[in-house]
Amino acid sequence: MKVEASTSGQNMQPLLKVENLVKRYAKRSFSDAREELLALDGVSFTIFPGTTLAIVGESGSGKSTLASCLACLESPTAGNIWFEGKDIVQLGERARRQLRPQIQLIFQDPASSLNPRWSVFEILVEPFILQRKFTREEMIQHANSLLERVGLSPNIVERPPTELSGGQRQRLAIARALALEPKLLILDEALSALDCSVQAQIANLLMELQSSLGMTYLFITHDLAMAAHLADKIAVMNCGRIVEQGPAEKILQQPQHETTRRLLAAVPTIARAAQPAVEQ
Amino acid sequence: MASVLEIQDLHVSYRSREGVLCPALAGVSFDLMPGEIMGVLGESGSGKSTLAVSLVRLLPGNGKIIRGAVHFERKDLLQAKPDELQQIRGRRISLIFQEPSLALHPTMRVGEQVRQVLAAHSSLKKSALNERTRQVFAEVFPEEADRISRSYPHQLSGGQRQRVLIAQAIACGPSVVIADEPTASLDSATQMEILGAFRTLREKLGLAMIFITHNPALLSGFADRVMVLYGGQVVECGPAATVLASPRHPYTKALFASIPPVFDESGSGRKTRLPVILGDSSHSSLPRGGCPFEPRCTERMDICREREPALVNLGASHTVSCFKYES
Repeated sequence: MKVEASTSGQNMQPLLKVENLVKRYAKRSFSDAREELLALDGVSFTIFPGTTLAIVGESGSGKSTLASCLACLESPTAGNIWFEGKDIVQLGERARRQLRPQIQLIFQDPASSLNPRWSVFEILVEPFILQRKFTREEMIQHANSLLERVGLSPNIVERPPTELSGGQRQRLAIARALALEPKLLILDEALSALDCSVQAQIANLLMELQSSLGMTYLFITHDLAMAAHLADKIAVMNCGRIVEQGPAEKILQQPQHETTRRLLAAVPTIARAAQPAVEQ
Repeated sequence: MASVLEIQDLHVSYRSREGVLCPALAGVSFDLMPGEIMGVLGESGSGKSTLAVSLVRLLPGNGKIIRGAVHFERKDLLQAKPDELQQIRGRRISLIFQEPSLALHPTMRVGEQVRQVLAAHSSLKKSALNERTRQVFAEVFPEEADRISRSYPHQLSGGQRQRVLIAQAIACGPSVVIADEPTASLDSATQMEILGAFRTLREKLGLAMIFITHNPALLSGFADRVMVLYGGQVVECGPAATVLASPRHPYTKALFASIPPVFDESGSGRKTRLPVILGDSSHSSLPRGGCPFEPRCTERMDICREREPALVNLGASHTVSCFKYES
């Protein structure tokens, strides 16, 4: 984890470069034999190390399909995904297996992505066990430092995740994702299921990890307010296409595409102008 | 004007596996006026969902109403007999839940699912039932009502499924609808659309609504009044415009501050730490005897640990339970 923290990263090699990504699903139906659904329709973007790209869009716009393709959980129909200069679409299974730890996913609902019958400790060391490279002592040591890194108390290691609060569970999911020192974290609606106050805590944790470890995030969400807060760049998706992308300020202040304007208009806000400063 | 629903000093507890009673609601009181939208705001564990189900006595087996009263149409629902309750639930007071895909039968056309609600509560003939079903669908789906009523849940979008649940809820012409996080699983554009649908129905049918959410931003421009729950108690209640624009309780203030501002013109606030409420609200950390928010409060005083604060009236029916405002 010695990646230099950088907020601009413009003069570096992109960490991830996606070119013309297409994903078609065959839709099964009783009447027509074949129907196809174009989930991704020529998606292209780049992410530089240490930065955050937010992908925003309504449900059904292809955001989660994109996440699955990037994490090698689905194979794209066409297109290229360059990760540190290697095209992961073309890689064989063995090479892909070596690459997978470097790209980690965090899902929306931590309650359903953590095994309820395992203890916090078992959940945390599973990635190490699968890698078969660590001794028991090393695993315990790593697990403890991971807990500390995400702000969880070490005395919860014996408990099952069902006894943790929503915020603690999402911290645990983040700790597990960090276990194998990934370079890219894909956050698929990782904050959406949490309470507002907990969302703020997890958002702060993500920003801290970015500045201390130089993490790179792909932040997938329909919450434009949070995207605006966390992202350096924003890409707006609609019907499997990126309709607009650019620096976050520009997208927010001068939205060009109709989808972006519609998303901006739909963001619920408390009338902040009328709200006095909090600490008066 | 007389209130349509009156809740007095409601106490609800859950029995844990060890047999210990854990309080979920501790003395909640409020009135709901006809045609009013009451926004109930709270984080997980604040007791907001317990409130929704205990009003119509649908608590899970280990839930117990300790004391209190829920007056509706000159009856105390907490004392009502099972057959009286059956007459009220779904007909006079209906519930809408968070996850529309779980609340609908996957292999039954949605039209039939709404028709069954009507059939369970009325003795209409078949043709009249079908006619009424059609009317209800026309109410929530101004376009394509027929196509949607013939669809199966999986053929509909999240927003459409939520509208089917709304159709079920309003089918029998209730006077109160309790909606527990009805838009939490939807994206923001669809959320706005559903809130719009609720508002239209309120105007057309004069529905009173209890709208439960964890997102304060949803209530702005939607709710008439806002009630903030913390640790099973009402910490602040008042007209939505007042509470949202100038919250008084330290919890409400901290909660609103933790939401990132969207249109920060300068862009200077971006990528900065968001103000958070330290600690979490799990029950083991709740204090006994003092203010429930005391351990996490930045403005706590000695008195906060000694006794519970009473509700203070700040005028214009804005009440807050905090010693800062007691004189």
